[in-house]
Amino acid sequence: MRNLWLFISKYNAFFLLIIFFTISLILLIKNNSYQRASVWNSSNQLVGRSYERINEISSYLTLGKTNDSLAAENARLRNQLATSFSSDSIKQVTVRDTTLKQQYTYTVARVINNSVHQKNNYLTINRGSKHGIAKGMGVTSAKGIVGIILNVNENFATIRSLLHSETKVSANVNGNIGSLIWGDGNYDPRFAYLKDIQSHLSIKKGARVVTSEFSLFPQGTNIGYVAETRTMEGDSSLDIKIKLDTDFATLQYVYVINNLLSAEQLSLEAQNKVE
Amino acid sequence: MGRVVITNSIRFLLLIATQVFLLKNIGYYNLSIPYLYILFILILPFGIPNALLFLLAFITGLTIDVFYDTLGLNAAACTVMAFVRIIFINLTVQRDGFDNEPEPSLGIMGFRWFIFYAFILTFSHHFILFTFESFKFSELGYTLIRVIMSTLFTVFLMLITEFAFFRKKIR
Repeated sequence: MRNLWLFISKYNAFFLLIIFFTISLILLIKNNSYQRASVWNSSNQLVGRSYERINEISSYLTLGKTNDSLAAENARLRNQLATSFSSDSIKQVTVRDTTLKQQYTYTVARVINNSVHQKNNYLTINRGSKHGIAKGMGVTSAKGIVGIILNVNENFATIRSLLHSETKVSANVNGNIGSLIWGDGNYDPRFAYLKDIQSHLSIKKGARVVTSEFSLFPQGTNIGYVAETRTMEGDSSLDIKIKLDTDFATLQYVYVINNLLSAEQLSLEAQNKVE
Repeated sequence: MGRVVITNSIRFLLLIATQVFLLKNIGYYNLSIPYLYILFILILPFGIPNALLFLLAFITGLTIDVFYDTLGLNAAACTVMAFVRIIFINLTVQRDGFDNEPEPSLGIMGFRWFIFYAFILTFSHHFILFTFESFKFSELGYTLIRVIMSTLFTVFLMLITEFAFFRKKIR
């Protein structure tokens, strides 16, 4: 106890400083509205920040669940989209309350296997015949087209990616129809080439490329935009390089498109061959 | 002893009056504001007990605060300045080198020591004063400029006051 007193009296200046300074600060904060508000605000901000940080972490933990629900919702919304309906103007006369008939339905699927660096790339999704997936259906992502269903079993399906030398998609740029190919010397997953566009047409850089009405995708589905146009010597068609909208390397959710009218169309076209 | 109390009381009243009625209205665009009243704490006698020094500094600051409507602000600054004064005098002045209670004024301690002393103490006071006035870190640069400009102004006024009043008395 005596030592404590000695210590305090030896450094009395410091303890006096603390006492008087504290009194002054209390007076300052109690009696001046600006300083009081600052102290109040900064302590509030501190609490708010820590809550925000905690919330950030917890929302990160539920990210997977959130993604699933968002993807399901997207599929539901796509079912209602105008491009999912084909105009049926003949029925307009007879059926009073329906002008549009659903042509396309979308099924959401998760990509469980993916490749982009092969010559022929395939994807695997966690949906199969159980979910109504059949061979030949188109697959898109939120941004653009992905590929075509190749093989189906009960629970899984493989997709022949757009990044495959045999995948050809009928594409439309400024009303001109060409066919989209990948491979053949170009193995960059970000780009594809558009062939069969006549060389006298001028295709501007940045023009949108969408699917045409001849493809199995809904007409006007995004593919990408023109990145580069070249004319080859002695070739009647342009060599158009296209930057793909779909980022194949980070693909996680895709939508399988079921064309409800395709069976009808195919059976009709099959009759032509018979004759 | 009695003479010292009377001199300091008169000095206290004069400096507070000057500060509140004259210098409060003087300033250079809120950038350079003189606080001459701290001269009272600067030239309190060497032999003053620490507790009394702190008490006087606190009361002086509080008196100014009452007039400035910033209760506690000048008191805090003056308390810190009193602490700096104790450290500075402990470091630079021998304990038993003075007789009949002299003061750390210009006439006794010499020009070089006094200007150094005035600068350090004024800076400590103004630093606390302006940082607690602005009360946020985002304006630190502007606050520092204010501190330095005001310190220069205050020290300038202190030197004028010292030259005018205290020189002849001792020599």
